[in-house]
Amino acid sequence: MCLGIPGRVLSIYSADGVRMGKVDFDGIVKEVCLEYVPEVQVGDYTIVHVGFAITRVDEASAQETLRLFREMAMLEEELNPDQHAELRAPPACPVLHDSN
Amino acid sequence: MKYLDEFRDGALAQRLAAEIRQHTTRPWRIMEVCGGQTHAIIRNGIDQLLPPEIELIHGPGCPVCVTPLETIDTALAIAALPGVTFCSFGDMLRVPGSRHDLFYVRSQGGDVRIVYSPMDAVRIARENPQREVVFFAIGFETTAPATAMAVLTAKRLGLRNFSMLVAHVLVPPAIEAILNAPGNRVQAFLAAGHVCSVMGYWQYVPLAERYRVPIVVTGFEPLDILEGIRRAVRLLEAGEARVENAYARAVTFEGNCAAQKVLAEVFEPCDRAWRGLGVIPQSGWRLRPEYRDFDAQHRFAIGNLHVQESPICRSGDVLQGKIKPNQCPAFGTLCTPRTPLGATMVSSEGACAAYYNYGRMAAPAPLHHY
Ligand code: SF4
Repeated sequence: MCLGIPGRVLSIYSADGVRMGKVDFDGIVKEVCLEYVPEVQVGDYTIVHVGFAITRVDEASAQETLRLFREMAMLEEELNPDQHAELRAPPACPVLHDSN
Repeated sequence: MKYLDEFRDGALAQRLAAEIRQHTTRPWRIMEVCGGQTHAIIRNGIDQLLPPEIELIHGPGCPVCVTPLETIDTALAIAALPGVTFCSFGDMLRVPGSRHDLFYVRSQGGDVRIVYSPMDAVRIARENPQREVVFFAIGFETTAPATAMAVLTAKRLGLRNFSMLVAHVLVPPAIEAILNAPGNRVQAFLAAGHVCSVMGYWQYVPLAERYRVPIVVTGFEPLDILEGIRRAVRLLEAGEARVENAYARAVTFEGNCAAQKVLAEVFEPCDRAWRGLGVIPQSGWRLRPEYRDFDAQHRFAIGNLHVQESPICRSGDVLQGKIKPNQCPAFGTLCTPRTPLGATMVSSEGACAAYYNYGRMAAPAPLHHY
């Protein structure tokens, strides 16, 4: 959950009074809150953490980071976590130890 | 050097490593605070590129790992209540509480959902007015702006069925606690880049001065980390205790002012217990009294929890850099990512899981005592 992923802002709009946008992470498009990056415009790259843009970055460094995440196959899992949770879950929770 | 070809620019990595070797005249111990950096260091074998004098100590910068057992047990109790929809980041579901984890609660019929963003939990609350929707707000300063905005949004929408179990933790007080701990071994810090994207790095300047310790703001990619180490070594060798920013492409001195303003509006500092480390003064954020209606702790008043840590787990020693994960007797045998005894084995950013996932099974050679 701690990753910050760079993405490209595709559009900016207001939803319930909050500045939101569509952001493209190497093909995966997500809705992102842009309230904290008032300077960011359509076409800019921004680092996104749990659905919030936290800072602007330049395109070259954004592309480089995306390439690394792609190699580590971390992008899908971070952005669509509920579809991956079952894979990681153990079949049943082990009872760790008895209480006394 | 088998890892070198995995670097984007192997030649540059080689040059940075050579420069570090060249400048190192004495043993130094450097802590990378952030779990994301720990993960990258072990995955890429960065520690093995360094001269033997440099020891990396893996810090407590994984929010999943440091959320105290009592809070996990509170989460488990709330999630099991009828009428509650409990929303969390995925990593938290397998964190062992005293008796079980959130996956277990779900298997027993609890409505536990994994969300990507706290705003997803606000949406679920809005769409399900008959449910009590609770979000498990863990994380460092990087994550807190998101949960703060979720509360503001819920308030503006007039949602009465949304609340948060808040367990936010802060980096600078943790660094100070590590420096103050008896027997502290850390001589320099790599500060977590994205925490500083939000908060800037002005908070670290007085720490560097007071404790005479170099602090380098560092990114997450292998080359970023090598560069952070290179700068830390240079400062250590020169006897200079100051803050340097090695992640300028995403971090400014002031940080993100818009985010800091909202954080100050919604949260106030509080003492916070860290799993494995104990209570650190003023090291957390809780909701301000004006937002108490959104505080799950207040709303659900779960009392009388008997918490019990695994008697075997040594994650506290791991988090303080006293042992490496593979020096824990349970590592890789009783304790694996599928059967974690402690939180540092659960999250991919936890030091124990990083060592396990990247095959660091053997305990390191005993350290020389200089
Ligand atoms: S290996 Fe497991 S039991 Fe040992 S310290 Fe790490 S989490 Fe705890």
